[in-house]
Amino acid sequence: MPADRTRLPEPGPDHPFVFPEIRRRRLPNGVRVWTVEHRQVPLVSVLCLLPVGASADPPDRPGLAAIAADMLDEGSGDRSALDVYEALGRMGAQLDTDVGHDATLVSLTTLERFLQPGLDLVADMLMHPRLEQREFDRVRDLRLNRLLQLRDMPPAQADRAFTHLLFRNHPYGHLPLGSEGALRAMTVRELAAFHRSAFDPARMTIVLVGDATHDVLAEAAARAFGGWTPSADAPPPIDPVAAAPPPAVASRLALVHRPGAAQSELRIGQVAVSRETPDYHALLVVNMVLGGQFISRLNLKLREEKGYTYGARTAFEFRRAPGPFVFQASVQSDATTDAVRETLAELRAIRGERPVTRQELELGRAALTRGYPRSFETADQIARAAAQLALYGLPDDYFSRFVPMVLALDEAQVTRAAAAHLDPPRLLTVIVGDRDRLAPSLASLDMGDAADVAVG
Amino acid sequence: MNIPFTKHTLGNGLDVLVHEDHGCPIVAVSVWYHVGSKNERPGRTGFAHLFEHLMFEGSQHYDRGYFHPLQEAGASLNGSTNADRTNYWEVAPTSALELALWMESDRMGYLLPALTTAKFENQRDVVLNERRQNYENRPYGLAGMAIVSALFPPDHPYHWLTIGEAADLHAARLEQVKAFFQTYYRPRNASLALAGDVDTARAIALAEQYFGEIESGEPPPPVDAAPPPPLASEIRMLLEDRVELPRLYLAWHSPALFAGGDAELDLVAELLASGKTSRLYRALVYDQRLATEVAASQNSRELGSFFQVVATAAPGRTLAELERAITREIATLVDKGPTETEMERCLAQAEAHFIYRLQTVGGFGGKSDQLNAYNVFRNDPAYFERDLARYRNATAGALQQMAGRYLRSARAVLSVVPRGRLALALPGSQPVAVS
Repeated sequence: MPADRTRLPEPGPDHPFVFPEIRRRRLPNGVRVWTVEHRQVPLVSVLCLLPVGASADPPDRPGLAAIAADMLDEGSGDRSALDVYEALGRMGAQLDTDVGHDATLVSLTTLERFLQPGLDLVADMLMHPRLEQREFDRVRDLRLNRLLQLRDMPPAQADRAFTHLLFRNHPYGHLPLGSEGALRAMTVRELAAFHRSAFDPARMTIVLVGDATHDVLAEAAARAFGGWTPSADAPPPIDPVAAAPPPAVASRLALVHRPGAAQSELRIGQVAVSRETPDYHALLVVNMVLGGQFISRLNLKLREEKGYTYGARTAFEFRRAPGPFVFQASVQSDATTDAVRETLAELRAIRGERPVTRQELELGRAALTRGYPRSFETADQIARAAAQLALYGLPDDYFSRFVPMVLALDEAQVTRAAAAHLDPPRLLTVIVGDRDRLAPSLASLDMGDAADVAVG
Repeated sequence: MNIPFTKHTLGNGLDVLVHEDHGCPIVAVSVWYHVGSKNERPGRTGFAHLFEHLMFEGSQHYDRGYFHPLQEAGASLNGSTNADRTNYWEVAPTSALELALWMESDRMGYLLPALTTAKFENQRDVVLNERRQNYENRPYGLAGMAIVSALFPPDHPYHWLTIGEAADLHAARLEQVKAFFQTYYRPRNASLALAGDVDTARAIALAEQYFGEIESGEPPPPVDAAPPPPLASEIRMLLEDRVELPRLYLAWHSPALFAGGDAELDLVAELLASGKTSRLYRALVYDQRLATEVAASQNSRELGSFFQVVATAAPGRTLAELERAITREIATLVDKGPTETEMERCLAQAEAHFIYRLQTVGGFGGKSDQLNAYNVFRNDPAYFERDLARYRNATAGALQQMAGRYLRSARAVLSVVPRGRLALALPGSQPVAVS
């Protein structure tokens, strides 16, 4: 039968997607052990979730949580730093430590036959990091060098300025990487104190996903983590949810001067919503329409229609406390002002002037729901998904309810969510680019003078 | 360990590979065209990659952009171009397999009637912005151009990077781009792999239905490139850039992809710089703190590879110190060979990496991509097991021998230094003109 090219084939009915069963146990010391069987490949992924991240950094020590996590694999218990590295290498294991604003995630993927030694190693790192001065000095130097190099990277400069200006003194007002001054002032005593206060077995969730039965996975975790006892008198870490909301931005336009820049790096956004918002699903659709996929309004406008950029995108960062909505793009220098103007216009328009259409709604819903199973293919993906349930206190049936919740939305609800949570007068625009080239045309935006932001 | 598959070649020469994996209700569609920047000529660089962009702009029977219907159907999709090949992929819910095949076959068979000057000019601007973002405006972004231009002579197709020269992109004409399509985007120069929640017989029937009608075309001309001549002596180059820390690049010619010595040098790269107990990391970053980071890689390519070591100086340390330390570590490896412990570690890592690649059905990497790679480069999609055996059978003696043969020949050496700080470059380095 020859192909019918007069019309596109209709996609068939969606195959039902069922999130694999999570079995939950709790060890006597409070550690939660969650297991998922995933038998496709002879691998296991172990994800340790600690719901304490960079927002718990003391105000004068931005970067403490991240460097504490960095020090986990620099020697623990009887193992020196080199012993730890060697043990990981011999298992061919992939260790990944990720400190976000809300959480610290330590993950290990390895061959199934290394399940127990892999878990023992990770447990030892979390429970008994050595935090030695010598290793700390080296790790801190590497971190300082990294900060130095980021000064040359426009995306990093833009993220940094945007975060500082938007959140100010709020616990979300700094990047996890921290600042040079704070890193230089830090001591191993402070690290040890942070570790005692944050790394408490009662806060920890261990998610194990892989080529073994629930019982085998859970028993291995119990052997590794069962001996963990909490520190008696440690004060609890700073909680971003308890903090006062950040004040309004002082200036709507800020510029980081980068002489001779071939492109301008843009961030446009505002403080938006927390993960708890009842509009969560509607805002995911709003984002799909605005900048969450290739065929979004902003990418089509700035890339496909204008050719200003290699790509433009937006995201709501749903965190425990309200996180940012942010647009980002790197645009050719002489199109900077036009790109900002077009973007602001799109962010205004979706609130009602050009509401979400039926077709956009269907596209956005479809991309979110039909593509949903793709997010749960590997053991590591499943573990990270399960960890979201623990971090945000989501219900057990969250993943199976996701698709029906999104499909139940209509275009009016989505436009209403955009209008409720995008607030054009509050949008902050940060530009990393050549001030001298940009200044004359930026004046035409009528957003006041661009505040100069120093590189730090 | 393997990727079980069925291979079926259509009448027009298109290879179809199918692998069933019903673990997740998704299917990967991967199309490789055996064309990359190595098929370009001086003065016409950047075509293969620019062309990849145009493949997303619509074809005769659906001329409203490539992303729209596929994203609506829940697929993710992308493409990429390198020196040797161009790939396109979709990972779609099982229900959208037929749609993905319709779309891929339409742009394979019927792209040109829909290709307009406006699309061409718009995508050329997008590519020029991609070049600014990833090369011109990125710290150390031009180093790769300097290295390949030193290792490969001007008429060798590895002399330029896949992104191409900005002047060539500006000079490109629609007619030239159309001729490029007619020469290289042919079923017999392509390979289609489907992996995931699919029935083999149905997959082959659908491939036949959608791709079978496309004309096979003439075989593309072979790449006419002599092996790159060895460097007569060390080349020392210098590049000023907007960076804080100087960085050193050392590069040597090395055996082509899958040629003898290729896997051994891959393992040499592993034991030199993968993980913190690797020789260079341990010496330069951990013990002596000369460098903030170090990397080593065997960059395997069809017409000849290059082995590269890159290290960034810690503040206050010099590139001359880095160069001495790296040269010393390589000399020790060549003299004494790897230890038994090192061999165990790097073989464990190599084996684990083979298994990690089996976790996904497609995308950048994954099983469909792997099948296509073996089919296109080896004409043997079953090569997985033998590829792994190249690593398992590598001996300490062979690593030592290959390191000695290739890493003691003349090198291309590049110092990237902060603007105006020329004294930080290795002595005797000459400024290199790349932009």
